[in-house]
Amino acid sequence: MTGTYLGMPAFPAFPEAAGEAVRDEVLRANLRHATHTIRDKRARAVAELEDWDRLRAAGKAIKDHTLRHLDCYLLQLEESVTAAGGTVHWAADADEANRIVTDLVRATGEREVVKVKSMATQEIGLNEALEAAGIAAYETDLAELIVQLGHDRPSHILVPAIHRNRGEIRDIFRSEMGSWGRPAPEGLGDDPRELAEAARLHLREKFLRAEVAVSGANFMVAETGTMVVFESEGNGRMCLTLPETLISVVGIEKVVPTFRDLEVFLQTLPRSSTAERMNPYTTMWTGTAAGDGPSAFHLVLLDNGRTDTLADETGRQALRCIRCSACLNVCPVYERAGGHAYGSVYPGPIGAILSPQLRGTGSEIDATLPYASTLCGACYEVCPVAIDIPEVLVHLRERVAQGGPVTREGIRVTLRPAHGHTAERAAMRAARLLLDRPGALRAGERLLARARRLAPRRLPGPGRAWTDTRALPAIPAESFRDWWTRERGTSQ
Amino acid sequence: MSSKDRILARIRRAASGPDSAVPRDYLRVHGARTPAESADLLAANLAEYRAKVHRTDEDGIALLLMRLLAERGSQTVLVPPALPPHWLAAADPVRIHDRAASTPAELDAVESVVTGCALAIAETGTIVLDAGPDQGRRRITLIPDHHICVVRVPEQLVDSVPQALERLDPTRPLTWISGPSATSDIELDRVEGVHGPRTLEVILLGAQ
Ligand code: SF4
Repeated sequence: MTGTYLGMPAFPAFPEAAGEAVRDEVLRANLRHATHTIRDKRARAVAELEDWDRLRAAGKAIKDHTLRHLDCYLLQLEESVTAAGGTVHWAADADEANRIVTDLVRATGEREVVKVKSMATQEIGLNEALEAAGIAAYETDLAELIVQLGHDRPSHILVPAIHRNRGEIRDIFRSEMGSWGRPAPEGLGDDPRELAEAARLHLREKFLRAEVAVSGANFMVAETGTMVVFESEGNGRMCLTLPETLISVVGIEKVVPTFRDLEVFLQTLPRSSTAERMNPYTTMWTGTAAGDGPSAFHLVLLDNGRTDTLADETGRQALRCIRCSACLNVCPVYERAGGHAYGSVYPGPIGAILSPQLRGTGSEIDATLPYASTLCGACYEVCPVAIDIPEVLVHLRERVAQGGPVTREGIRVTLRPAHGHTAERAAMRAARLLLDRPGALRAGERLLARARRLAPRRLPGPGRAWTDTRALPAIPAESFRDWWTRERGTSQ
Repeated sequence: MSSKDRILARIRRAASGPDSAVPRDYLRVHGARTPAESADLLAANLAEYRAKVHRTDEDGIALLLMRLLAERGSQTVLVPPALPPHWLAAADPVRIHDRAASTPAELDAVESVVTGCALAIAETGTIVLDAGPDQGRRRITLIPDHHICVVRVPEQLVDSVPQALERLDPTRPLTWISGPSATSDIELDRVEGVHGPRTLEVILLGAQ
């Protein structure tokens, strides 16, 4: 088994990576400020819609229905895109997707591409693959630019440079912009306005000459072949409309049946994501349009572990995710550990359930991710498509600890249980990380009744490894923290 | 076996269980408004995104456009093919037409653009362009730093996102614009204008 590549090579297990992040005071301050600001704004934006719960239920149902008939909707999508002048490619894994994109770029004769932020292309490590083929890929989202110039990795879905403050960004611009194109202006200060202007000038020269662009998409409409990209800065519009060739790499789970279905997500995604009634720009295009925008459009449909995730009845709900990042901003573990600790392009609660499913739980990082949570349930509460993240976490912990049937690359296999001590070590270290620093956890921490129902005889969470060998007194009404204190005899 | 067949076969093995009917009991519109109230809401929501909102009627639009372009100091203005000619009758700037052969770099030298729209959405403060003849190619509302968009009210104004989708044609390229280009990527401080126009002015035409 080769394992699905998620854009990042072997990383330390979550507890180690998180431990490091927690000791970084600047990082923690940046994260705290950012997540609290967005989460408060989001709550206000959502409260404005009295039918929020109904929109959320509709969003969930649209996604579930689509996943149930994914084969039909993908075929319909292919037909509509083709009829509208586009070309559809199918990629079973990261290597194949990278090969397809590289060949398409080569065929244009160009040596550089501009990119609008796309998690799918990060997931498959497209920039690295293009670089290996002698093609430069320029990220054009301001935050992605900061990350790329800083030789860094994104740490948040929506604000990838959330871990950087303005002084750090100024330093990166000053020292790095020159080697990628137009240098930063003399005497660049750290005012966000100045920094944004520097990015505007640096990138504009790239936009104006770009012949090839690479994007992802937030939604694809099967019925019409319409692709949808939400953004704020206009870099998306630049990439999607100025170049001659547009290549979009999109996960197969992003399809929705009808144009009308967008009415749900156009209301829930911006409010959940940036806490706005609507994001500044949304671009929708259908194949190619005569004289307006790219004359060649290629859509690469990406599996890369998604069909395996679909095969897991509990875990498949992760495929409903619309990448709004609301779950990151409410997660007490994310707030302390930062996005990098999750060791994949998908950080936070969604990363903790998505990465181990896309990649399997073979590596140490993936085996520990399901423990990177307090199961407080806040992520489920905010999720606009009602993904029960705690339920999936408990399910994946069970898989790590006990083994069982899983699907890898379309084949049903039986996982062996992790060695007792591996699961135990993972659980212990995750628990230590969370419990050593109780401040941020106190408010939200509770074990959900839901989680208890799922594992009535065993403790969900880091306690599981021990409860396999100990009798657990009746279903605990207490929190994990209380249980831990009692069982381990440590005090806070 | 091609990857397409392989992926479809995997899906067919994996997708199981009950189907879910999609509940459509969410609201078509949030609240009841008179056309005037809808226009006010659009104006308020646009202003919250730091777009500048003006109101005038057919008699006043030429003077208003002249004033807005003069205040901006624009010497050149991009004009879509079917912009009503009288709108710019009083304005001084040189009209630039977007031709197929115009390069993005040429358009980058133009200071302002004036367009109509397909519709506007009051509840979200959004204008939608569908590349119609009074709007032009997508690039002309993207490259210049100043975009003036004219919305005819009440005809082009809807209250909600569901009402907007009903009226749009997905086969046309669609651009939804809610305020000027903005970023919050640096410490979440909102900065207007990174790549798209930094100034968006919306004229509500007919709403006196
Ligand atoms: S899991 Fe839900 S809350 Fe988290 S990013 Fe995805 S859609 Fe948003």
